[in-house]
Amino acid sequence: MRSLTHLERLEAESIHIFREVVAEAENPVMLYSVGKDSAVMLHLARKAFYPAPPPFKLLHVDTTWKFKAMYALREKAAQDAGMELLVHQNPEAKALGINPFDHGPLHTDMWKTEGLKQALDLYGFDVAFGGARRDEEKSRAKERMFSFRTASHSWDPKNQRPELWNLYNARKKKGESIRVFPISNWTELDIWQYIMNEGIEIVPLYFAAQRPTFEYEGGLFMADDLPRLEAVMGYRPEITMRSIRFRTLGCFPLTGAVESSAASLSEVVQEMLLTTTSERQGRVIDKDGGDASMEKKKQEGYF
Amino acid sequence: MNTPSFFQTDALIAEDIDAYLEQHQHKSLLRFITCGSVDDGKSTLIGRLLYDSKMIFEDQLAALESDSARHGTQGTEIDFALLVDGLAAEREQGITIDVAYRFFTTEKRKFIVADTPGHEQYTRNMVTGASTADLAVILIDARKGVLQQTRRHSYLVHLLGIRHVVLAVNKMDLVGYDQATFDAILADYRAFATSIGISDFTAIPISGFKGDNITALSANTPWYSGPALIEHLETVEVDAAAAQTQPFRMPVQLVNRPNLDFRGFAGQIASGVVRPGDAVRIVPSGKTSTVKAITTFDGDLHEAVAGQSVTLTLADEVDCSRGDLIAAAGDPPQASDQFCATFVWMDEEALKPGRGYWLKLGTQMVTATVQPPKYEIDVNSLEHLAAKTLTLNAIGVAEFATDRPIAFEPYATNRQLGGFILIDKFTNATVAAGMIEFNLRRADNVHWQPVAITREDHAGMKNQKPKVLWFTGLSGSGKSTIANEVEKQLFVMNRHTFLLDGDNVRHGLNRDLGFTEADRIENIRRVGEVAKLMADAGLIVLTAFISPFRAERQMVREMLPPGEFVEIFVDTPLSVAEARDVKGLYKKARSGQLKNFTGIDSPYEPPESPEIRVNTVDMTPEEAARYIIQQILPLK
Repeated sequence: MRSLTHLERLEAESIHIFREVVAEAENPVMLYSVGKDSAVMLHLARKAFYPAPPPFKLLHVDTTWKFKAMYALREKAAQDAGMELLVHQNPEAKALGINPFDHGPLHTDMWKTEGLKQALDLYGFDVAFGGARRDEEKSRAKERMFSFRTASHSWDPKNQRPELWNLYNARKKKGESIRVFPISNWTELDIWQYIMNEGIEIVPLYFAAQRPTFEYEGGLFMADDLPRLEAVMGYRPEITMRSIRFRTLGCFPLTGAVESSAASLSEVVQEMLLTTTSERQGRVIDKDGGDASMEKKKQEGYF
Repeated sequence: MNTPSFFQTDALIAEDIDAYLEQHQHKSLLRFITCGSVDDGKSTLIGRLLYDSKMIFEDQLAALESDSARHGTQGTEIDFALLVDGLAAEREQGITIDVAYRFFTTEKRKFIVADTPGHEQYTRNMVTGASTADLAVILIDARKGVLQQTRRHSYLVHLLGIRHVVLAVNKMDLVGYDQATFDAILADYRAFATSIGISDFTAIPISGFKGDNITALSANTPWYSGPALIEHLETVEVDAAAAQTQPFRMPVQLVNRPNLDFRGFAGQIASGVVRPGDAVRIVPSGKTSTVKAITTFDGDLHEAVAGQSVTLTLADEVDCSRGDLIAAAGDPPQASDQFCATFVWMDEEALKPGRGYWLKLGTQMVTATVQPPKYEIDVNSLEHLAAKTLTLNAIGVAEFATDRPIAFEPYATNRQLGGFILIDKFTNATVAAGMIEFNLRRADNVHWQPVAITREDHAGMKNQKPKVLWFTGLSGSGKSTIANEVEKQLFVMNRHTFLLDGDNVRHGLNRDLGFTEADRIENIRRVGEVAKLMADAGLIVLTAFISPFRAERQMVREMLPPGEFVEIFVDTPLSVAEARDVKGLYKKARSGQLKNFTGIDSPYEPPESPEIRVNTVDMTPEEAARYIIQQILPLK
């Protein structure tokens, strides 16, 4: 007899969830954001269906403002997993030239929230896997593994289906959908440790390196695409080379970098454990709209 | 604030991250729930655990401080509850209204905490949180003592099969850390806990707000010798590994068939251990095969244990798909379409007995109907109440019937194979959670124990043919008198006999039964089973029961090999029996003092073709007995 470690238990739980969805859903898809959580989620999906490839597609809801390194890994990861990758960019946001500098919260709303809803409706996906974790944010902590959404994609936190044992209710009516979070119970440390144990490839931006940076409204950012930055900012920001890395990856003008020398996985974990600010703090998204902003976004259909 | 030594040691992380990771790698996981009444301080306690384990970062702390000033209830001090109460509505109302899952790590363990609501109308969330927990922390406000909600939560914790209970007597700071107060609450709770079957619990005096006895023993309670809460949570044994000692069972989630050469059955092992070469049985079909390989992304395994998600390939092309269960060939689980379960109703719309609901158990999804509840359980008094249905948050016991047999274990044996949910077919809402108590079709599922000494051996040793002489007739017809006489004469003939008498059996085996139609049926069923066992032992069994219904007499006849059941109709007219009235019962029945009396206000169905009929008007009991024995000879 042997006891499973916490990581073995988490892995088994996630695999179980992937299989339940595939057994019960009509047209599932995995939302793939190219971040480390997505990387772990994709790896778990491959394990769940081995030796077959995961029997669903990957969907990247693109804002066109992601880091170049993310776009590069996106294609490779899909290929390695033997999965088809769908990319959706909200045509309306594209036409209006929505960007993080001029449009603030509207950037997230149009590219991500609206873009996601459009893509789900366009392809008729009834279940979407997402890589959210309960330790990330207060309202995430209360969301179910199987999070039911109405036909208009909204989430009603007061009316969630009870979720008991490992029994998940995936039934829904036409037009309704479910967001499923297979790594809900993983913490940031679990994710890192698993990446290390399993040798999962992640975007190099998580590791410290000399990169071109600029300061903006008190935050430190990377100039991933300087000409484009200059075009939307209306001026050329002052670029300084610094040893930086990212704790979380989103749109490059919205994702704050941290100065760091952690260039290996164990150094990154070490820094993460000794740090005194939370993971999402580098992201601007949680702050607009005040205290309940993530909850509000989710009710509106944000992932 | 002092950082207690229990939590992650910064020194180790800073100096030797690899050593720290190695240590973290092998940590076990404990899932627990916290429950208590509104204002008992659950969220504050969890906020404290997160704070002390450094799971709160500076930016969160800054937000917390500003929140505390705005919404807080603790004056100028930090209100930890604001950290945990995630939803906006909760922050405004100041109560927790849903289950929140929280995570923290100590040097020894990783923890997942379900913060479950104390408010009455949210019982379903508490049951949800409890379903995956190994341990429960039940909070009591030291100023208030054991409340009705404490009792309710304790009952639910016990109902959901949580074996480890911690009684955290909170807010000790507000009662001056008084030992007598703690002891009185402890005694009060112990009396209650014992009455509902919680045999063991650990009581700890704490203050979530001040931090007493949370991570280390507090100087404020010198009379308490430990353990502190965290120390206890770190060391309590988890029963997760216990499932490995049970027979192998894996519900099949899906069949993985990437090409013609591979056909794997994917699932999470619910109990036991599996190795290549093991003999397995598919339930409910009963087909058998052997395990060829345990296939995973990381290569084939030589062994997999309960809790792991794997893919099995089998040596034979057996029919097996989602909803089937792969089990140890020699020790498969029960499969049945009828069972009795305790269940919690979780929907605004009440249970409709007789309506078809989806029932999900393991990976099986079937249509189930629920009988009207046998009773509802009042979670405050634990009384059994008569109920025609169950409404939101009510708990009851009922019989369930499914449209096809499903494989399961009693919940007490295995949570994964005994817990189920009901789903409304129209709204798709999860409307109930149930825990199977027992199978109602016992005979289908008891795997017969082969015996070395057969019933023929028993009968041969006694040099006789076993029989069941079933005397039936009205009360006062003379059944017992004649049966006694028959037994006396058989005894003289050196026959091995035993007489089961209706009145005597009702003093013992069947003393729980009354005289309603249902009880009369059960009375005869049990007597029939006993008579059968005695016949198996080689005896000549005589039974003297009114046994008014043909159907039950027929049922007993069918339990026995052909020819062994001898129906003897003691044919005494009602007028004669009533005139005799040996026990004065007819008189009582006629005056209405006795209800459901056969022949008066309850029917008697005379046998249509009994093996033997005796007329007690013309025959004495001795003559009748001799006549009966002549009819049943030879007995060898």
